Amino acid sequence: MSLLRGVPRRGLILLALFVAAMALAPLYAGAYLLSVLTLILYFAYLGQAWNIMMGFAGQLSLGHALYVGLGAYSSAALFVHFGLPPAVGLFVGALLAAVAGTAIGFLGFRFGIQGVYFALLTIAFAEFVRILFEHFAWVGGTAGLFLPVSNRSDIDVLALRGTPEMFYYVILVMTLAALALSRALLRSRLGYYWLAIREDQEAAESLGIDVFRYKMIAVALSAALTALAGVFYAFFYNNLFPHQIFAMDSSIELLLGAIIGGVGTLFGPIVGAFILTPLSEGLSEVTEGLKIDGIKQLVYGICVVVIVLFRPEGVWPWIARRLGLDGEARRGDEP
Amino acid sequence: MSGAALSVRGLSKSFKGLRAVSEVSFEVGAGAIVALIGPNGAGKTTIFNMIAGVFAPDSGSAALDGRALIGLRPDQVCHAGIGRTFQIVRPFGGLSVADNVAIGALRAAASREEAEAKAESVMRILDLWSKRRQRAASLTLPDRKRLEVARALATGPRLLLLDEVMAGLRPTEVDTMVAVFRDLNRSLGITILLIEHVMRAVMALAQSIVVLHHGEVIAQGAPAAVVQDPKVLESYLGEETAL
Repeated sequence: MSLLRGVPRRGLILLALFVAAMALAPLYAGAYLLSVLTLILYFAYLGQAWNIMMGFAGQLSLGHALYVGLGAYSSAALFVHFGLPPAVGLFVGALLAAVAGTAIGFLGFRFGIQGVYFALLTIAFAEFVRILFEHFAWVGGTAGLFLPVSNRSDIDVLALRGTPEMFYYVILVMTLAALALSRALLRSRLGYYWLAIREDQEAAESLGIDVFRYKMIAVALSAALTALAGVFYAFFYNNLFPHQIFAMDSSIELLLGAIIGGVGTLFGPIVGAFILTPLSEGLSEVTEGLKIDGIKQLVYGICVVVIVLFRPEGVWPWIARRLGLDGEARRGDEP
Repeated sequence: MSGAALSVRGLSKSFKGLRAVSEVSFEVGAGAIVALIGPNGAGKTTIFNMIAGVFAPDSGSAALDGRALIGLRPDQVCHAGIGRTFQIVRPFGGLSVADNVAIGALRAAASREEAEAKAESVMRILDLWSKRRQRAASLTLPDRKRLEVARALATGPRLLLLDEVMAGLRPTEVDTMVAVFRDLNRSLGITILLIEHVMRAVMALAQSIVVLHHGEVIAQGAPAAVVQDPKVLESYLGEETAL
């Protein structure tokens, strides 16, 4: 496969081991571990989708929950009201998210809103849509939208109805597909242009790159991919509330893994999810007995701060150096 | 690939009432090398930025082989056939030297492989091949200057706008750079317009010099004549520089 060309042998072996361990997980993992793994992969996927926009094209979005919500609500509403399966709904959700992303991108990029101001714009739109959905009776408003829970012993992937194992494999395939896509993008003309824009917009322009156009493509693609995670969320949890799915917290949660793991790297978002989700789950277990309000959040926050302090470029570039996989970590990082 | 002719007519630009460039006109013939000189703040880089589409002039025109450039965006100017460097270098710091140059080469390349091949030949010309794996941010200033040129050259321009690419180079490095430009000009016919303070390079390269002072052209013509011009000596070169 051309995607694997140039990857050091050691990297190929580690990747194969990782994929094998994940593919066989349902055989050795219990129900609880499998649910944690599903959650890890969910955030690994989301981190990768966000990483395309921020890590590759350098455009900071703090409102990606908007796209998760649009994907979740459109696929769920089509299912609840018209009986359309998520295999259809995901196209509608991805398209809606891409349109929303393009609209926000247009406002930002056309009028020269950059950096943190652009990030504020993304937050504003996510909040605006959250309030909109809280008053949107057709999808339940603040009372939420509930999907009928069906018999979980038969498996129907296209309808996203089945056992926890099925959901696990769906999100595993999504995560690996996102990884392959990210790798392909980074090696394409599009990827080179994004990196140029991330590094220096003015220099990129002087080399013939239509900065506006390629930033728009980054937002649209990132938004559409993010919406697919929303479809998964809707059918996995079977309930949707605007104040949860569109929340600022969700936007932060989904990008934290990518930052901890390494923004702009291929494996950063996956590594970050493997650190943060177990940390969160583990802390829940440990702190439950303490009966101290907010202790879990406090310890979690301290852990994140410590990681960022000691590995400011992310955990993955450090691991990659240790394993001698530098070329993989970030293009240009080679000695 | 051959050179293109640049024609600048009556270009003017003011910043907050301060007239940076005033009614500047000059011609750069196809395949020619012309130097734009003058003291700091004379408006040289402003002229470059107007030609390159970074900002619009208040009045005047610029055309490449008769095609109007004013109104085009910087990326469109690049596609029209103009490659430029920045006075304050702007490398893609987090990327390798090879990727920096390859991104420039993608402008005219049909595929990534073609761009990489083009980038390789450009890196060899500018003596960056041995540093291709280094991060651009880790380069020394002379190497960054060379990278600016390599990136612009990789886009396959018919006119190169070089903004003080000799600054900070040692005399031997200046001579090497001069040889590179002379060679590019001879073998590919690329037209070159350069802003330069290093008179050693200007005199070695330019067939014609345009002197700017306070945003106005005070002299232009053959190098030997221009450097003897009393107005130029007074405002810029100083008596002792007379060659």
